[in-house]
Amino acid sequence: MSETPHDQPVVVIESKRSWAFVDFRELNHYRDLLYFMVWRSIKVAYAQSVGGLAWALVQPAIQILVFTVIFGNLVDIGSDGLPYLLFSTVAIIPWSYMSGTMSAASGSLIGNSAMLGKIYFPRIIYPLTPIIGGLINFSISLILIVAVMGYYQVTPTKNMLLLPLLFVMMMMVPLAFSLWLSSMAIRYRDVGIVMGYFMRMLMYTAPILYPSSSISEEMRGWYVLNPIVGVIEGFRSALLGASPEMFIRWDSLICSFVVSLLLCITGAIYFRRMERIVVDVI
Amino acid sequence: MTNRTLSVDNISKLYRIGVPQVTSENSSNPLVRVLTKPFANFRKYRSLYSFSEAELAGETPRNDILWALRDVSFNMDEGDIVGVVGANGAGKSTLLKVISRITPPTKGRLTVRGRVSCLLEVGTGFHGELTGRENIYMSGTILGMRKREVDAKFDDIVEFSGIGKFVDTPVKRYSSGMSVRLAFAVMAHLEPDLLIVDEVLAVGDVEFQRKCLNQMSEAGDRGRTVMFVSHNMSAVARLCKRGLFMRGGELVQDAPIADVVYSYMTAGGQSSAERVWEDMSEAPGDDSVRLHAVKVVGENSMPTGTVDIGHAMGIQITFDVLEPGHQLSPYITMVSDAGIDLFSSADSNRQFESEPREIGRYTTICWVPSEFLAEGTHYVRVVMRAMNRQMLVFRESDVVAFNVIDEKNSGFGTTWWEGKPKGLVRPNLDWTCEYTPPAMIIKG
Repeated sequence: MSETPHDQPVVVIESKRSWAFVDFRELNHYRDLLYFMVWRSIKVAYAQSVGGLAWALVQPAIQILVFTVIFGNLVDIGSDGLPYLLFSTVAIIPWSYMSGTMSAASGSLIGNSAMLGKIYFPRIIYPLTPIIGGLINFSISLILIVAVMGYYQVTPTKNMLLLPLLFVMMMMVPLAFSLWLSSMAIRYRDVGIVMGYFMRMLMYTAPILYPSSSISEEMRGWYVLNPIVGVIEGFRSALLGASPEMFIRWDSLICSFVVSLLLCITGAIYFRRMERIVVDVI
Repeated sequence: MTNRTLSVDNISKLYRIGVPQVTSENSSNPLVRVLTKPFANFRKYRSLYSFSEAELAGETPRNDILWALRDVSFNMDEGDIVGVVGANGAGKSTLLKVISRITPPTKGRLTVRGRVSCLLEVGTGFHGELTGRENIYMSGTILGMRKREVDAKFDDIVEFSGIGKFVDTPVKRYSSGMSVRLAFAVMAHLEPDLLIVDEVLAVGDVEFQRKCLNQMSEAGDRGRTVMFVSHNMSAVARLCKRGLFMRGGELVQDAPIADVVYSYMTAGGQSSAERVWEDMSEAPGDDSVRLHAVKVVGENSMPTGTVDIGHAMGIQITFDVLEPGHQLSPYITMVSDAGIDLFSSADSNRQFESEPREIGRYTTICWVPSEFLAEGTHYVRVVMRAMNRQMLVFRESDVVAFNVIDEKNSGFGTTWWEGKPKGLVRPNLDWTCEYTPPAMIIKG
């Protein structure tokens, strides 16, 4: 085992709580761990279940059907001239990803307190695990979008080119919130109590079940501050761009990107500051 | 020139234990209290882990602050194997957690060169739903290995653990012994520059513990630095060359391991090597006879907790006879730290087996010769037989404990072929030898 000094990182542990950003070098060293953590979360979630990964299709499908029956048929809430099923499917799939990963990632430090006290690795791996792991479920549930779009014979447009950006933004939103919330939750358990209301607030202030055209232009300046809005509008215009109502709304897209980027950066710094003392205050 | 692996400079660790309740006098109204409570709570939880300059200076004693570590400094170089001893709550585990980055020091700084593996628990990251193979990768990467390192050692790990064909079975179907063995096998194949081991590793059967200890001392031989926390003095003495003695969060001694073990065993006056029942009604026994005291004594009849292998020692038993007419005969059983009865010895004065004892206090010493007991912790069971009633009046296990050390590495000591002398006892036996010249053999 010849080890050159190059392989021997020197770590200085000091008492002072400095402001620092994510240590990417260290994170890179632990990338295999991140891979196995993600893999474990998926494997464990579906262990000894008959349905297995098929649940990734069934769960959102049921949600979409319920919303379509209630808001598309019983209460006519409007869907910008599109069939409500199509209109809601392209929004609910990304929203399910964002809400599911946001709850899981925000509780990730509290939920792993036993492991936190026994072993050190970059704590950011805890919230990153559900955010990356959720992509598997999301990819499977994309089948639903494709199926519904095929059923309504939607023709793709060049707006589809937005999709890679939207996937990134879709991950940034839960990351941004959970960096803040997971590290706040270790000190103030109130976060866990408020989480449910917070998620519903985010959902109702974004055009998931209703069209954003029902928001007045005066209010729109405030409305787009919710980073979910830009992602959902983005998915609608990227996938349903053939419909004239579904043009790309750059205001919400840019606003969503900027807001979630800012929250990500500040959240990462706050997280770094809190992760040091997580074991002492949890 | 040796490489410094770890240097610890004046680290302290404070905890706030039970922040005093902040109540405002004018809040007799329950409604006011409900409304103001959140603000008080907010301040309270905010201050959970922040300390003022005065509190950090530690000049004024404050009852809501616990110094888990106080101004601890020491260094470790490549190849050092250091044992950390101390009573519960002395700060041993906190020290390990600070060094392994689980929790930061409140004051001071420490520098670690190279990779640290901290084994505070067996099987961190293990999940019952995963198979043995999957858990090896999971646990290995959690402990800081890269996937390719686990790949390279995978076969060795499976071999070491002995799980064989169960490698693709979910761990929840394993026996508890199998999963512990697998977890340890992963740990044993880590190659950190600094290995930190807490005594929780001292689980499993005797054979397994031996395997753990060997693995650790081999790590030391390969130039790894090892830090080992344990209450098992024989393991510490056997494994480590240097010891750190912690008490009340402070490092009180940094010395060769024999000195540290001695300090630890004799710390606090009434050591475990000495038991006195001041209150007769609580002492073992009945109306006829009661135990008063049991002490481990050295050659000079003075109480001691640590005995060198080269000196004789005694178990001193003091008991009070309260009724006349009883034929009383005590005996002791020596028990090893693994719980094995080594030998029993009864009072060699046979007269008391037939003659009744008079009322009064008796002090009797059972002498154990030098070069007889093996190294390690020994426990003593004291039994009192009433011959006339054919019963045991009392039978007290683990009354006293003491440590046998081999300070001078006497006897055949450490050997290059199989390490320390084997066995539960280490008697110095007489050997005889006759020489026959070759000529005689040819003739015969």
